[in-house]
Amino acid sequence: MAVSSPTQTTQIMNNVDAVRATLYDAMKNDPRTVILGEDVGARGNVFLITKDFAKEFGPQRVIDTPIAEASIVGIAIGMAMEGLRPIAEIQFADFIYPAFNQIVGEAAKTRYRSNGEYTCPLVIRTPYGGGVRGALSHSVSIEALFYHVPGLKILAPAFPADVKGLLNAAIDDPDPVLFLEHKKTYRLIKGEVPDGHYTIPIGKANVLKEGTALTVVSYGLYVHWALEAAQQLAGEGISVEVIDLRSIRPMDKTTILQSVEKTRKLLIVHEDNKFGGIGAEISAMVAEEALFSLDAPIRRHCAPDVPAMGYAEPLEHEYMSSPAKIADAMRELARF
Amino acid sequence: MAKTDTKGKKLERNGLSDDQLRTIFRNMLLQRQLDNRGFQLNRQGKVPFALGSEGHEALQAGAAMAFHRGKDLLAPYYRDLGLALGIGLTSYEILLSLFARAADHNGGRQFPNHYSSKAAGLMSFSSILAAHLPHAVGAAYAMKYRGERGRAVLVTCGDGTTSEGEWHESVNFASIHKLPVVFLVENNLWAISTPIEHQMGQPEIWKRAAGYGIPGRRFNGFDPIETYGNVNEALDRARNGGGPTLLEGMCYRFLAHSTDDNDMTYRTKEEVAEHRKDDPVPLFERVLLDHDVMSAADVEQLKRDVLRETNEATDRAEAMPYPTAADLYTHLYEGAWQPWQ
Ligand SMILES: Cc1ncc(C[n+]2csc(CCOP(=O)(O)OP(=O)(O)O)c2C)c(N)n1
Ligand SMILES: [Mg+2]
Repeated sequence: MAVSSPTQTTQIMNNVDAVRATLYDAMKNDPRTVILGEDVGARGNVFLITKDFAKEFGPQRVIDTPIAEASIVGIAIGMAMEGLRPIAEIQFADFIYPAFNQIVGEAAKTRYRSNGEYTCPLVIRTPYGGGVRGALSHSVSIEALFYHVPGLKILAPAFPADVKGLLNAAIDDPDPVLFLEHKKTYRLIKGEVPDGHYTIPIGKANVLKEGTALTVVSYGLYVHWALEAAQQLAGEGISVEVIDLRSIRPMDKTTILQSVEKTRKLLIVHEDNKFGGIGAEISAMVAEEALFSLDAPIRRHCAPDVPAMGYAEPLEHEYMSSPAKIADAMRELARF
Repeated sequence: MAKTDTKGKKLERNGLSDDQLRTIFRNMLLQRQLDNRGFQLNRQGKVPFALGSEGHEALQAGAAMAFHRGKDLLAPYYRDLGLALGIGLTSYEILLSLFARAADHNGGRQFPNHYSSKAAGLMSFSSILAAHLPHAVGAAYAMKYRGERGRAVLVTCGDGTTSEGEWHESVNFASIHKLPVVFLVENNLWAISTPIEHQMGQPEIWKRAAGYGIPGRRFNGFDPIETYGNVNEALDRARNGGGPTLLEGMCYRFLAHSTDDNDMTYRTKEEVAEHRKDDPVPLFERVLLDHDVMSAADVEQLKRDVLRETNEATDRAEAMPYPTAADLYTHLYEGAWQPWQ
């Protein structure tokens, strides 16, 4: 992990604690920082991420907004244009659609359209993803809807240390960043987090496990399942390299290509549906840049082409992958 | 303001000096001249697009007079030539944007009339209607958050734009936090081809203020002095912690929506002619003459000045270079950029 100012000490945290601790530091360290969103104040966010923030920093800095996502983002843009460093929260990614206009039409273009005269240093955080019985409207992945858009940066860290380092990078960044937090990993995933302020550069993937038989590229919850599957395959004598993208836009071409040139096989795994997803862009890039390094067709293991996972257990189960399903996809490609 | 023969009646000035009245009139004349110039250049095939504020001159020149330069912010929309001029943009800057030259604030990226100037306190905006209203409110929040008394944001839009959800969201949020912002609706009765009665069931926009618990007022936007009085009062209230106001200035769009529109497909010559009787430019000229703020010779001189300024700005801007192909790639993010790293 690239750590800009590493300290010796660490703490064990889960992802939700890492978000909370990072936001807390940002509020403590920079009076220009304000947090705005639905129920972020008195309740302290639906996942208690900003619990007690309003008490400590005051309601002017921890703003309970009306239920109006377009203006949560739009007002944050105006704050950013006028010198504040807003962190806007969309309560669930499923509710980001009303803000699409402000994110895509405005935030992403503020710097560009004014030829650099105005900028939009803004972080939009939102919990996404399924496996939590979230049904059609509390489980979606939204990254593919935004990764097409020049002017945005999109991060989706999977580990607590990455959550902290990348959220710090997002907060320091002079341009708009969409920060995606997989809600199933919030309390499930624990890890060591360095103390003190550090950032992880945006646009750098992380090779979590080295291997020789095939490369698996993933992000979010499925990174953890891909790792589990890779361990299982190691027991069967199949050596899988696992890459955690961490950053979806920009994306780390160098790390992906280096790995594919070594393993000569590529499997992309994501929770979002396949058609037009992140995997499509990675596949096209690898086909353009490394076709003759491949010993097998590129494979994508993604969600089916339905709007989202149903609420009923079998529907969610069918939609979601699992370490076992990912292991099967790995075996199949390894055999090719 | 009486339509004819204002002589003999006392001029209600709302505190404006002779100098300020002349400045307002000059702005109005310049707007008309620059509007004209845009349409001429379009017909000559020199610019692909132009859009005019004809009919909005008094409203905008009067409102701009209430703006405190170096303190307030303006979040305008594309029909705000007079506001842009009134807060300090020059004819040359307007022409640079019309010709899409490299030296334009937007580097020739946006349509003409999409003003932007950090130096003048004019917030960049896109063509997406109502999207700038939350930005204005966010900027007003920043002012209040920092405890900056004596500053306010003036945000404008057309009547049709008040139908957008972001319009409501913005007024609502400003009202919750008593933000230093003035919402000024320039009601010209039309949104391209859609008349006001197809835009809203209750056509008096200012009355919505009551629903938000903020002051609201409608005024005659053909009268720059009445406009100034209303905008000045509202901005002063905002600057002093009194919260937002909703203002509705009544005017008319004399020209087609833009050079790409033919208004005779949806409204009649007779309707336009009826409103033309209230044309604010000759009307205000009459007021200034009747009250000896200007002599006929002064007015003639001013008109010559404005034409000369427009001609000089046109020649100067036209002679400037376009952005180059390489300029397509700059200012997307800070620093150099590739989606693949
Ligand atoms: C979100 C959005 N929808 C539609 C348009 C196309 N459009 C441009 S101007 C306009 C009419 C606006 O009318 P109004 O707000 O009354 O302003 P006016 O032009 O009359 O000054 C429309 C529909 C747009 N630019 N943005
Ligand atoms: Mg209109």
